[in-house]
Amino acid sequence: MAKVIVVTSGKGGVGKTTTSANFSTGLAMRGNKTVVIDFDVGLRNLDLIMGCERRVVFDIINVINGDAALKRALIKDKHCDNLYVLPASQTRDKDALSLEGVGKILDELKEDFDCIVCDSPAGIEHGAFTAMYYADEALVVTNPEVSSVRDSDRILGILAAKSKRAVEGLEPVKEHLLVTRYDPKRVASGEMLSVDDIQEILRIPLIGVIPESEAILQSSNSGTPAIHTEKTDVAEAYKDVVARFMGEDLPMRFTTAEKQSFLKRLFGGR
Amino acid sequence: MSMIASLIDYLRGSEKKSAVVAKERLQIILAHERAGRNASAPDYLPALQEELLEVIAKYIHIDRSMMKVNLQHHEDYDVLELNVTLPENRKQDS
Repeated sequence: MAKVIVVTSGKGGVGKTTTSANFSTGLAMRGNKTVVIDFDVGLRNLDLIMGCERRVVFDIINVINGDAALKRALIKDKHCDNLYVLPASQTRDKDALSLEGVGKILDELKEDFDCIVCDSPAGIEHGAFTAMYYADEALVVTNPEVSSVRDSDRILGILAAKSKRAVEGLEPVKEHLLVTRYDPKRVASGEMLSVDDIQEILRIPLIGVIPESEAILQSSNSGTPAIHTEKTDVAEAYKDVVARFMGEDLPMRFTTAEKQSFLKRLFGGR
Repeated sequence: MSMIASLIDYLRGSEKKSAVVAKERLQIILAHERAGRNASAPDYLPALQEELLEVIAKYIHIDRSMMKVNLQHHEDYDVLELNVTLPENRKQDS
């Protein structure tokens, strides 16, 4: 049975699109036939992060309006065989993203795919609501920072009250906390919320911690999700997230600061 | 933070770390916001408010808008909060 997973956060800039790109790539690398859908109508960016921006011909609104068949709008990822991207529209007509239209697309995709990843826009408006409505599971992307944690809590409230599963009284959406842009050094010095703090406040199971990393900017520069890079913390951390999502029990990594030598500390190495 | 600044902090016994402040602020605001949504406002609250208003109005003249009934959920207990603002010129009323 195909799973619909929403990547959401409320707050912007916390790493939803980065996570959508890496998570869907990770799922595909492990043999799941995966499609990742950009719900940010008017501000599409998943195509850039995935490196397929020049191959966009049709988008999700074209499919909903019947201008293009779904199969023609799907873009095959250049790195992974099992991965497809359904881009958002750059039109400003957000209302075209109808709940009913999206439902039809998801039903059709469920016949062919194992995993459907929905990259939510920021906010709690129509696009974000549509992205989360049909979700079976949710990755709640949170930065160790007060406004992000508060917005994540708000999103959890909306998932619990307004998603299809909530409205129809089915089993609730399965929620996973993903902490991104984590800096263990600043946590150790008491100037950043720890994973434990965030988990205690939001009270949902932790699926992973992605450390702050220079590799993210480099991978978005080149349009190749960081999970493809060899031996970076970010790539390993995202692979762990995917493994845990698929049921493996792995210990958390990248959550404690590396011990630095006395000399390095003295001379302020990074 | 430079080494000297952190050394001074250390010697002073240091103030509360900012992450601790962040956590406390979040816990307070989220408890409040969670109380304000979904199941936290039970159906009987408006009726309760109405009846309480009647009882109080028997003895004191109060403005309807000056009374608030609020139910807050905490970890293992709930708080029913009743907030009535009495008029300033009570003597003339009674």
